[in-house]
Amino acid sequence: MTNATTKTTGIAMPAKIAAVLVAVLMSFGIASANEGAKLEAVNIRLDDVASMQRGARLFMNYCSGCHSLQYLRYSRIAEDLKLDPKDVEANFMFAGGKIGDPVTSSMPAADGTKWFGKAPPDLSLEARAKGSDWIYAYLKSFYVDPTRPLGWNNTVFPNASMPNALWELQGIQTGVVGHGGEVDRVELHTPGRQTPEEFDRTVRDITAFLQYAGEPAALQREAIGVWVLLYLGLFTLLAYLLKHEFWKDVH
Amino acid sequence: MGTTATPFRSDSKVLNWIEDRLPVFSFLSSHTSGYYAPKNFNLWYYFGSLALLVLVNQILTGIFLTMNYKPSAAEAFASVEYIMRDVEWGWLIRYMHSTGASLFFVVVYLHMFRGLMYGSFKKPRELVWIIGMLIFLVLMAEAFMGYVLPWGNMSFWGAKVIISLFGTIPWIGPSLVEWIMGDYLPADATLNRFFALHVIALPLVLLLLVVLHLGALHEVGSNNPDGVEIKERKNADGIPLDGIAFHPYYTVKDLFGTGFFLLIAAFIVFYAPTFGGWFLEHDNFIPANNLATPSHIKPVWYFTPFYAILRMIPSFFGTAVWGVIAMFAAIVLLFLMPWLDRGVVKSVRYRGLGYRVALGLFAISFIMLAAVGAGVTAELIPQWFGADADATLIENLFGRFWTLVYFGFFAFVWAYTRFGFEKTKPVPERVTTHD
Repeated sequence: MTNATTKTTGIAMPAKIAAVLVAVLMSFGIASANEGAKLEAVNIRLDDVASMQRGARLFMNYCSGCHSLQYLRYSRIAEDLKLDPKDVEANFMFAGGKIGDPVTSSMPAADGTKWFGKAPPDLSLEARAKGSDWIYAYLKSFYVDPTRPLGWNNTVFPNASMPNALWELQGIQTGVVGHGGEVDRVELHTPGRQTPEEFDRTVRDITAFLQYAGEPAALQREAIGVWVLLYLGLFTLLAYLLKHEFWKDVH
Repeated sequence: MGTTATPFRSDSKVLNWIEDRLPVFSFLSSHTSGYYAPKNFNLWYYFGSLALLVLVNQILTGIFLTMNYKPSAAEAFASVEYIMRDVEWGWLIRYMHSTGASLFFVVVYLHMFRGLMYGSFKKPRELVWIIGMLIFLVLMAEAFMGYVLPWGNMSFWGAKVIISLFGTIPWIGPSLVEWIMGDYLPADATLNRFFALHVIALPLVLLLLVVLHLGALHEVGSNNPDGVEIKERKNADGIPLDGIAFHPYYTVKDLFGTGFFLLIAAFIVFYAPTFGGWFLEHDNFIPANNLATPSHIKPVWYFTPFYAILRMIPSFFGTAVWGVIAMFAAIVLLFLMPWLDRGVVKSVRYRGLGYRVALGLFAISFIMLAAVGAGVTAELIPQWFGADADATLIENLFGRFWTLVYFGFFAFVWAYTRFGFEKTKPVPERVTTHD
């Protein structure tokens, strides 16, 4: 028997090396998942319904004039964010329509192209394509720049066509020129209606809502997952005991 | 025969009536309780049955996806979001399918590595290996076409890059590319034909090959970690001394393996379905756009080692076809393993040090090439060597070194065994765990 054990350790070597390397590679992968990197982690929690409700309201007031959520229905928002459908109709659906309609913007795409140079994109999947950290950083990084057509620029997305829709809340930021000769950070020039802490929460709420909008099923997914894992854990344990019982007569 | 003939008689007249006209029950029992497998299978022997499990998952979830997916360039992207949001349990079915695709390659790569470790490709199992390699080849085509179907921006650009590989073939290349796409760009026609191939043509081929793979395996019998032929030592009833009936012993063992595997798979499906951008890529949540190129075009992780080989081979004589040839050669050489490796000893436990080291390096080269192909090195080089370093040069040196190691494995194994350099250890007569 000892003979067999010494022999098996020999083969385990390449296998072990491979396993360790896979683990290392995976950790690189997870670390580099948010492409572009070096963004502050926003750590959205999808169990914070109040934050997503505030985010929905902010989105409807400050974003939906230009941006649609073509894959998200008002009725779904009401259901998932625990809002009364009547309130949703009264407060979110400015242009009328049915509760089962998707969130559309009132701005025709052609006008958007004319006014901003590029039609404001649909934001249904923005959090999935860019990541919530990116949205959070982007919304906080606008600064005045007289050289841009609409007077605004952004350090996270330089020369973005979008003006700062939240400037009343945030106040006005100016760009600070860094070592490279380009604006690489911003500072508050004129305070807005909210303090920096309040504004952080505002942006965090909008980001949470957009993360929700990117995958409404995530709420269900994370709620059910625990039970599936517990069930499979029990199944695996029983299967192990069964295997152990059957293999008693194998020597 | 690896299976034993088991005459079937039941108490049920109906079952006996069927058996007398179509011997399905004796066929099933001779391939389950009548199939004797070595008793010393270790962890590496779970991946074959797990691959079968994932195949069944892909087919079942695929059927339900097909009911709601629209294979048209105008509607495909929105129909996938419809599945994710409006179809009852659509998100679960889709994540099971997308996670299944990646896990398919995880288990298949481990299954193939097992074959290389224990010499399962050697005589008399050459056909088991060849058919297995064909399964791998069809699986790659299947996965590539499935990846195009959601019609995201990475689907589009991935399809464009991969199809244009055929454009490097001298003379016929450019017209071949148009013929494959049915257009000048990946377009509606491309999506339609990829859908047809993905949901019916390739799965049929895959199923047939799986049946042949198992048929060939049961004819010659399973190998084992000791590389001992258990059929050479049988008891008076003709049953191998070191064999145990596949059913119930390995069916219950695989049931446990299945539970453990599903635990990992469910964790991914419910808590990390994109796996940090590795299983579902960020750029594929943007609809296909032939005017906006993603910042990094790269295939999904399971193709990245081969993609790296393609990128690392420079073009010369005015053509880039060499990279394409090298990429295909990387797979063709695996097909040839039963004849490149002339060593008589099967299991790495008793093989010479040279083979062990070479196999270890081969596995490392595969992972390093995956890192190059996935753009991990491109991201890390500026961090490690500073922003001023020539990132392309460093990446090329690194990638070409591991490409050499990859191909060097095959050359080394051939020379090592052909010219008798291998010093093997004595192989036991029976598996090491027998009583």
